[in-house]
Amino acid sequence: MSRYFRAEIAENRQLNRDYNLLTFIPSGGSEEPEPGQFFMIGRCMERTPFRDLYDPFLKRPFSIFRITPVGCQILYRIKGKGTSALRDAGEGTFLDVIGPLGNPYPMPEGVDIPLIVAGGIGIASLMFLAERLAGRAYIFYGARTGDELLFMDDLRGYAKGLFISTDDGSIGKKGTTLDVLNDFLTRCSSPVTRYLIYACGPGQMLKAISEISRKRGITAYISVEENMACGVGACLGCAVKTARGYKRVCSEGPVFDANEIVWSDGYELSSKHRQLKT
Amino acid sequence: MNLAVSIGSLKLKNPVMTASGTFGYGEEYSEFVDLNRLGAIVVKGLSLQRREGNPPPRIVETPSGMLNSVGLQNIGIEGFIKEKLPFLRRFNTPVIVNFFGDTIDEYVEAARSLSSVEGIHGLEMNISCPNKEAGWITFGTDPKATCDVVSAVRRVTGITLIVKLSPNVTDIALMARVAEEAGADAVSLINTIAGMAIDIKTRRPRLANVTGGLSGPAIKPVALRMVWEAYRAVRIPIIGMGGIMNSEDAIEFMLAGATGVAVGSANFVNPTATVDIINGIERFMAEHNIADIKELIGGIVCRSQS
Repeated sequence: MSRYFRAEIAENRQLNRDYNLLTFIPSGGSEEPEPGQFFMIGRCMERTPFRDLYDPFLKRPFSIFRITPVGCQILYRIKGKGTSALRDAGEGTFLDVIGPLGNPYPMPEGVDIPLIVAGGIGIASLMFLAERLAGRAYIFYGARTGDELLFMDDLRGYAKGLFISTDDGSIGKKGTTLDVLNDFLTRCSSPVTRYLIYACGPGQMLKAISEISRKRGITAYISVEENMACGVGACLGCAVKTARGYKRVCSEGPVFDANEIVWSDGYELSSKHRQLKT
Repeated sequence: MNLAVSIGSLKLKNPVMTASGTFGYGEEYSEFVDLNRLGAIVVKGLSLQRREGNPPPRIVETPSGMLNSVGLQNIGIEGFIKEKLPFLRRFNTPVIVNFFGDTIDEYVEAARSLSSVEGIHGLEMNISCPNKEAGWITFGTDPKATCDVVSAVRRVTGITLIVKLSPNVTDIALMARVAEEAGADAVSLINTIAGMAIDIKTRRPRLANVTGGLSGPAIKPVALRMVWEAYRAVRIPIIGMGGIMNSEDAIEFMLAGATGVAVGSANFVNPTATVDIINGIERFMAEHNIADIKELIGGIVCRSQS
């Protein structure tokens, strides 16, 4: 089965102001994806009415949200040109898809107690894992406001314990998932419990997860994002800095051990331009 | 129907090759493309020592194209020969190694170490990177520097030598002529066009390196014009590239004077772009009763036919 295939949109449903849930049916099937993997999705060139329309140009990477009897689902936030174009693609529209790509979340061993930590759109990469670990994982899910929280019933069904937080306190605890997670770890840790963290969310949150991981000696797997062109390891565009040098998010990631990532403070300009300024 | 073309001493079964930096070391696309079908494989640019490349973000999409500032990240010549070349040797498609250096000595040493390796059939010199010997002037934009570095490399290699020209010059025809006179067997053009993009909300450049190279359909008209100008200036074959997305684009480049064409950013959008383009060219030739693809090279009609 090819990892480059045509797919038809079965549903492209608006969930709230910024989030859509897309279900597509791969024609001729696709490889069985694992939680944490992603697809590169773009318009189907052959069926685009104006064939020379190259804007948006590149495919976009999307985490696999869930596999349903109908097809593959991705949850996406409408943010720029690519996701706006995708939002406007209706049922029956054809897409060209590459995937599943990247490395899945490593599964916990028998003694591990999985903690799933999702910030905002981070749930897009973690729902599939929550489903896979149904009944085993504690789930920490937070967003800015209550109306950004999605699929709460499903999560309640999958979670051994569900901890909800919002920045404005409209639903769940007021604060961030990190506050709630820290609370939990302080209250519920013992020398014999072996937690394993899975996290996806904003960069600052992931950076904080790696600090928690180091301080408390808990292994944490995080899914990271970078601008991506090819998705298959050729363009070297999606580099992320790690303790072992630059790694490709598409090929060595998108899931990394949180301690591998070298976090930059703010924004790093290349040495060339630092030199030129002085 | 004959699709074969020659570049230097290389015989290509068709004119379609990959553009350096967009096809990895071949392996990355081998699950999507039968590498045996390609005219040639041009691998990611190599230097004597491996390079880390630039900090992220390294790429950003722009209208009908993309900017990149990957920063010549590569595994080094030795790493390539040991880890990547054995895989490529399994195919009967010529392998062209793109390479670069910071100094003339580095170019020469790189060319020397690549020239007598089984499985490397040709070299493509990237002369659009900063020249540490002459400050920020580049080998690709100063005709004298171009002549010096190409001549020096020519002296140490007998295999097919292609010089990849930078479009960031005033007179591309002059640069092509300089490369030819310095001993190049062919020129390839264009490399990416220098560009940049700014996020107006954060006021930050969208690339950590601030500037990058523009590629994709956005640069196709510029590339086509430069190929045509170079074609009128030199006798050596030209490998045309810059925004080729489909067979029509490829044929346009050949009509402008290209003997070979390279597919770059299109690989990212469509991993089977190279093979789709070969199939499209075959269809076009059949439909228009073109027996030999060489009929297309420089076939642009500029004056009225009477």
